[in-house]
Amino acid sequence: MTYMLGQEQLDAIEQVLLEDLFDVGVNCIFLIDMAGNVIANLDNGEIKHDIYSLAALAAGNFAAVSTMAKIVGEDEFSLLFHKGEKESIHFSKVLTDFLLITIFGKGISLGFLRLKVAEATEKIKKILEPPCAP
Amino acid sequence: MAFVNLKKKEVQAKIVYYGPGRGGKTTNLEYIYNKFRSRIKTEMVTIKTHGDRTLFFDFLPFNVGKIREYDVKIQLYTVPGQVKYDATRRLVLRGVDGIVFVADSMAVRREKNILSLRNLQKNLATFRKSIFKIPIVLQYNKKDLEEQGIPLLPLQTLEKDLNSQLKAPSFEASALTGMNVVPTMKKIISMTMASLLMELK
Repeated sequence: MTYMLGQEQLDAIEQVLLEDLFDVGVNCIFLIDMAGNVIANLDNGEIKHDIYSLAALAAGNFAAVSTMAKIVGEDEFSLLFHKGEKESIHFSKVLTDFLLITIFGKGISLGFLRLKVAEATEKIKKILEPPCAP
Repeated sequence: MAFVNLKKKEVQAKIVYYGPGRGGKTTNLEYIYNKFRSRIKTEMVTIKTHGDRTLFFDFLPFNVGKIREYDVKIQLYTVPGQVKYDATRRLVLRGVDGIVFVADSMAVRREKNILSLRNLQKNLATFRKSIFKIPIVLQYNKKDLEEQGIPLLPLQTLEKDLNSQLKAPSFEASALTGMNVVPTMKKIISMTMASLLMELK
């Protein structure tokens, strides 16, 4: 199944990522679909991550964790987060087919980030909602 | 699930190399990676066991260039071939746009090829996709072993076993030497792109 997003929607998504997440100090944000395609991405220019590889691994990781959740009788785990010494990664599902991935440093607390991600997710949902979503 | 970015004029599509364990799926990607090293800016991602077998998938992003003003980015994946990894195989298939089925030409692997193709059909069905409708290319790998006197399945047998109903394009190949690796990839990319264009019409 193929889906497309136009200039207006992608600009709107990038605006949300910029205002809600980037401006609070997140290092790198990207929105991907569950097939691992990169829809939108923003970074602070200091850290150049290979986002296509990260997207493929993130989609695989998220799918694996979702399957584990089902095996133990959960619909899904509400928090998917990996903590590193300098950088941490947070995953948030958007609708059924998209994933918002945030990479952030020590300057932001997880609680604050989750709050901002939740706000951004709601806004992105409205932009992506059918008929745009696959 | 291909994605068309109208802002960047970019298409991203997912092609998965499927087939029985030790059939040469990873070797296909490694050959492509080495052959087009100058065009592939990132490292090939592999998630493998300590025994060097694919555990989850291999991943290689490949820029095809421009097709009708659109930059085409193909994401090449392999699945783990071993029977026990069926759950992870299914995860990799999510959103697949085209498939290369890498069969093992060795006579002793005949049954494994057939079982793997059936497994592909079953796993595609979980995503409501039909093996008869999705772009698919068959590759009969390990032709190089013929020279070493290892018994291989005749082409007619492979075609009868695997392709009598599918009637898909097929290539005899050697992922190790590179024989027909690139033609296999070119064929699946062109079939996948044609299928995407049809869908977008």
